[in-house]
Amino acid sequence: MANRETIFNLAVALLLLALPIAANYAGEPFYVTLATRIAILSLAAVGLNLALGLGGLVSFGHAAFFGIGGYTAGILASHAFSGDPLIFGLPGTKQMIVIWLVAMIAGGIVAFLIGLISLRTAGVYFIMITLAFAQMIFYFAISWPAYGGEDGLPIFVRNQFPGVNTLRPLPYFLICYALLAIGLILFKLIADSRFGAALQATRQNEVRVASVGIPPYRIRLAAFVISGMFTAIAGALFADLNRFVSPSMLSWHLSGELIVLIILGGVGRLFGPVVGAAIYVLLEFWLGGITERWQFFLGLILLGVVLFARGGVVGLIAGRARHG
Amino acid sequence: MADPVLAISELSKTFGALKATDDVSLDLKPGEIHALIGPNGAGKSTLINQVAGTLKPDTGSIRFDGQELTGLTVAERARRGLGRTFQVSSLAPEFSALRNVMLAVQSVQGSSFRFFRPVMRDTSLIEPAMAALERVGLADRAHLPTSELSHGERRQIEIAIALALGSRAFLLDEPMAGMGPEGSKKLTDFLDGLRAEAPILLVEHDMNAVFALADRISVLVYGRVIATGTVDEIRADPEVRRAYLGDEA
Ligand SMILES: Nc1ncnc2c1ncn2[C@@H]1O[C@H](COP(=O)(O)OP(=O)(O)O)[C@@H](O)[C@H]1O
Ligand SMILES: [Mg+2]
Repeated sequence: MANRETIFNLAVALLLLALPIAANYAGEPFYVTLATRIAILSLAAVGLNLALGLGGLVSFGHAAFFGIGGYTAGILASHAFSGDPLIFGLPGTKQMIVIWLVAMIAGGIVAFLIGLISLRTAGVYFIMITLAFAQMIFYFAISWPAYGGEDGLPIFVRNQFPGVNTLRPLPYFLICYALLAIGLILFKLIADSRFGAALQATRQNEVRVASVGIPPYRIRLAAFVISGMFTAIAGALFADLNRFVSPSMLSWHLSGELIVLIILGGVGRLFGPVVGAAIYVLLEFWLGGITERWQFFLGLILLGVVLFARGGVVGLIAGRARHG
Repeated sequence: MADPVLAISELSKTFGALKATDDVSLDLKPGEIHALIGPNGAGKSTLINQVAGTLKPDTGSIRFDGQELTGLTVAERARRGLGRTFQVSSLAPEFSALRNVMLAVQSVQGSSFRFFRPVMRDTSLIEPAMAALERVGLADRAHLPTSELSHGERRQIEIAIALALGSRAFLLDEPMAGMGPEGSKKLTDFLDGLRAEAPILLVEHDMNAVFALADRISVLVYGRVIATGTVDEIRADPEVRRAYLGDEA
């Protein structure tokens, strides 16, 4: 059954694919890069949407995972470049696939450790404690000179993907788009699965979940880890897009941006993060050229969404979410 | 005499200066309905919550099937077969009645850590959940969000959940509350049959239902059990009449 939301989602997915391809052949590679930014931020926010949208976990620390993904790409590439071994004599790498895997594992491990402690709290305490952990990692990156400290770490040549010239904008966009598509498919599968049912029920009523014999803490922890993994891969892509990693990827601004994207697009909605990221990046591009204070207008839109469209833009267009 | 399924002994719980549970001992035998009555604020719900694990007792022990429950989480107790309903029903409000019951079925089947198969096409979840809803007479309301159902219907969903869990003891906190006379009558008949599946600790204010159903009654006043006995014994007990039943009984 094709309902309105499905049609809307397909239209967004097609637009996000067709426009950069058209721009590329029209000789406007800049717009391809803009679309790549949208795809990457979308993927990061799809990760957060799993925790925040499905699980009700308002993490104000997802920059930690984004930055860890970014630094994974940067550090592995810099070792491959210099030839110095990493830890345990392992070499660096320029292969994106390996980098993504390592980013995912690193993001997952850190999410596990942060989740282990922060998921014992709820509400405002959870928001604050996730922020605190992310800030710790931020300051650690700033004060660690081996990988650039405050100045960040350049990636001299974009990393490689078998059979693709990643240096050209369009192929790199397509890689990011494909990963976003996989991320969205996984999100949808998870949302509809047994795990997803337990996770969404935990958001609605934790005592109910425990009373049927499902441990809410473990469900949340697993969701937080998966969420961190998604966002870490997005971070690795972002580093390769900019060919540069810096502590700003770990800053609380980014955690806040991801939350804003999701609220704009629609909390818990499959395409909420994509729509939110598109609005965010396009506003930044159009208004950012006119005024330094473009975020003021973003704030106005956000206010409008929070006051008049609780389901975000997706909710406005496709109506309320339905649960079978 | 068979061993009790549930044995509460010397349980105490205070909220500040208030003794909500005061040295309570009572048990639940196989096949019986044990009614727990007493005025508002006597500590009935507090007792149920300690058995289910949502509140921790200060001292005392609760044994279920011969095993101590102290230290187990709510989820662990549910998995051992304690099915409870809440005085104010507690469901996932955005989910339909069916999805609420399906959650119990998936718990019984072992794992919620399955990430790929969609639940709404999983007949191994839907069929047992529908069967449980049918037993409580809610099959035709199965697809409505629980937030759109009446208080009585939500309570029935909770009973369906306890059924789907394959509970080996039921803890029901005022299941008749908010139901009309007809609903109470139906539920009374239903619970009458249910005791053969698993014993019921029944907190209830509806005295007609209690007198019709209970094998034994315990009377709780200010956190203390002041009497336990059969329906006739409790009706005749002068202390109970003074403290709770009044003279109409
Ligand atoms: N969480 C709590 N904190 C403090 N006092 C409580 C709490 N829960 C219940 N009480 C008090 O304990 C007493 C027993 O309450 P309750 O068990 O709900 O009574 P009943 O179910 O018999 O009406 C009441 O005086 C109530 O106000
Ligand atoms: Mg009560």
